[in-house]
Amino acid sequence: MSSPSLLASLDPRYPVSFLITLILVLGEARYGILGGYDRLVAALGVSTATELVLSRWLRGRLANLLSAYVTGISLALLIKPPATLLWPFALGGFLAIASKYVLEVRGRHLWNPSNFAISVLQLLAPGSVAILSRQWGNDLATNAVIWCFGLLIASRVRMLHVTLAYVACFVALAGVRSMITGGPLLAEVAPLTGPMYQLFVFFMITDPKTTVSSVRGRVIVAAAVALVEAGIRLAGDFHVGALAPLYPAPPILALAIVGPLANAIDLYRTPSPEGRRGRGVRIIDSTSTP
Amino acid sequence: MIVLNRRGQRAGGDPAVPAFHFTDVTAQVGINFVHHGPTLDPKLDNIAPLVGALGASVSVADVNNDGWPDLYFTNSRFGYPNALFVNRGNGTFEDVAAAAGVADVNRPGDGVSMGAVWGDFDNDGLEDLLIYKWGDLQLFKNLGNLHFQDVTASAGLRQWMNANGAVWVDYDRDGLLDLYVAGYYRSDIDLWHLKTTRIMENSFEFATNGGKNRLFHNLGGGRFEDVTDQMGVGSTRWTLAVAAADFNGDGWPDLFLANDYGPEELYLNDHGKRFVLSRVGLESDSKSGMSATLGDVLNRGRVDAFVTNISERGYLFHGNNLRLNFLPELGRFQQAAEGVLADAGWAWGAQLGDLDNDGRNELFIANGYVSGDRNRSYWYAMSKIAGANGNLFEDARTWPAIGTASLSGYERSRVLVNRGLAGWSDVAAQVGVTDEYDGRAVALVDLFNRGVLDVVVANQQQPALVYKNSVTPGNHWIGFKLVGTRSNRSAIGAELLLVAGGTRQLEVVDGGSGFASQNDRRLHFGLGRSAQVDSAVIHWPSGTVQTLGHPAADRVHVVTEPAR
Repeated sequence: MSSPSLLASLDPRYPVSFLITLILVLGEARYGILGGYDRLVAALGVSTATELVLSRWLRGRLANLLSAYVTGISLALLIKPPATLLWPFALGGFLAIASKYVLEVRGRHLWNPSNFAISVLQLLAPGSVAILSRQWGNDLATNAVIWCFGLLIASRVRMLHVTLAYVACFVALAGVRSMITGGPLLAEVAPLTGPMYQLFVFFMITDPKTTVSSVRGRVIVAAAVALVEAGIRLAGDFHVGALAPLYPAPPILALAIVGPLANAIDLYRTPSPEGRRGRGVRIIDSTSTP
Repeated sequence: MIVLNRRGQRAGGDPAVPAFHFTDVTAQVGINFVHHGPTLDPKLDNIAPLVGALGASVSVADVNNDGWPDLYFTNSRFGYPNALFVNRGNGTFEDVAAAAGVADVNRPGDGVSMGAVWGDFDNDGLEDLLIYKWGDLQLFKNLGNLHFQDVTASAGLRQWMNANGAVWVDYDRDGLLDLYVAGYYRSDIDLWHLKTTRIMENSFEFATNGGKNRLFHNLGGGRFEDVTDQMGVGSTRWTLAVAAADFNGDGWPDLFLANDYGPEELYLNDHGKRFVLSRVGLESDSKSGMSATLGDVLNRGRVDAFVTNISERGYLFHGNNLRLNFLPELGRFQQAAEGVLADAGWAWGAQLGDLDNDGRNELFIANGYVSGDRNRSYWYAMSKIAGANGNLFEDARTWPAIGTASLSGYERSRVLVNRGLAGWSDVAAQVGVTDEYDGRAVALVDLFNRGVLDVVVANQQQPALVYKNSVTPGNHWIGFKLVGTRSNRSAIGAELLLVAGGTRQLEVVDGGSGFASQNDRRLHFGLGRSAQVDSAVIHWPSGTVQTLGHPAADRVHVVTEPAR
């Protein structure tokens, strides 16, 4: 059994990797959530290969592969194309990792890699890509295990406030949406109980490398993501045709909109990396989590 | 595994141009049937268009033994009659359901029709009618002269089931047709007087809280006995379609189930003593099965299965499944659907049949769920709960209201041509199939005894369609009407293996297949350019094997089962 001090000394990427592996194993064992191991091989293989090649080529050294590992598994779980298509996993893995090297300012990514890849695929190839819609059946135990480990690990990587801020805002805004639309509150809250949201709140929105510098700022960003998501959802409820491409994955696309804007503002306000470190964020190496 | 289709090239002509064309002759032939969906308990009003989106069905039988196939359509609203269109033999039909006594079956307290299957359960030479409902099953004995008698009670079949599929099958090969009925909603639910709104599936992919399927053993003397539990076939998945055939070649008919919100199931028949739910490559592929369609897709002399599913851009890709049967060799099915075969929208009924008489099976797929307002889609609203915990959406009250929105509405039917090694091509528009109705049931039948397969489609809340097929001259065909003696009189379950021009084709006499449908009991084979048939080998349900040498092409052969 790990002691608290041992946990504290661990590279945060290890518990994050553990959590995503736990979700993968539980989801696959109980529900066949992957839909084929070839998908995992494609996403993981391309993610890690891209990481190795680009880190060696652009930075002159081989990167730690934990980040690519988490990205690969996230993509394998979240992308759901037709059964015979493997290219979305390969392309997603490449886009995600390449975005870390290309879409960065002063060593900081503008988008969470998985978030970027999934958003691009969802918007540009909706005929070939859907987002995870499977659920944990009616099994509350699986949900509980993942939430417990997720909260523990979010706390460990000092991002629990982001998770909690987003969830609190989501629930509050679900109530608002329910009042506006007159629909059942449970239907508005329901998405939180599914695996897509668990991956979102524990891996995407909490990615230390793509969040802003201050605790207060991160809480505001989480709230802004929830707010934009609520806007997308309301547009969906009122059948606004122009925004229809956003409806299949509102939280992911909300983060893709808010995330880089928040990062750009934060970079503008904190001109040097040193300034950022001074605000209590634990920067993790040169690669992000998922 | 690579499977080579020996008929990789079409029999003749430009492979890009379909050698057949459909004409909508519905009005011309006098079929004016319009389906009406059920109106349910007001507690379901928020999702009434979804729940009530089932019930349009069509089944084929020669009810008066005049050699011309007749059509039975079901309605699903109280007070709205079912229709029995008798084929006059002159290219027109007449609805005689009321006079025959099989029209007024949708009544409060009795439930409403979801489908029907024909089979001669008492071996008197007349096809009898089983109507499955959201309500009490109803069995009608054919008295001849287009009169029917409700024998449900005396048959021991008066049982409330919320059923959406049924198949006649002589599972113990005693010469009497037994009956397998697929439950959808639980049988303790009266959809017009709900005690609870917790009636929905508790998972979109792993639900097992559906209605229990039931197997009724035909005891003879017009009586049936429920043997579900002792035979081990009481699946509580949300079965939408069931078909029966001998998949593993042991001579005993097995049961193939297409389940909504879950994986398909194959119950292998253990010598008529019990069924065994088998691990044959279906169990890990959990989707939304709608239709169980049987056919020899690759001319291997093997029964394969095609199961329709749901695909919607951006939201869900539960592609259709083509389950190639490798049970005898590998003990499993091999999934082979891709491209247009896999993605046909929200697909419902489908049938495999040789539409151009070239010796290969084509596919006709009916599509579309709820066609409401074209500019309002329910997909987003449904996505809120679709990925959530099942305990939430098991309660119908949790579902967002659909209002007037569509859900995969206005989808066109697909007509897929089998091009062998080149795969499948969708030629629907080219061959004249352009309707956007919410198709449910599809039946293939040579309506006008011309040696071609016509298509009849039952559409939900909409008019039925009759597509008359015109095949480019040049291809030959052969048909068989089988009459059982030791086997059930309808010969349901009999297999005929046709060998012609170095190729093999297998067909099974249909006791109910696809979704809410039943094809013509006559077997139809295309022969391509050759009019030469080497042999026709019939495996009767009794176990008798009969070989016909060089039967003549371009005619229907009536074959009676030999004594031994």
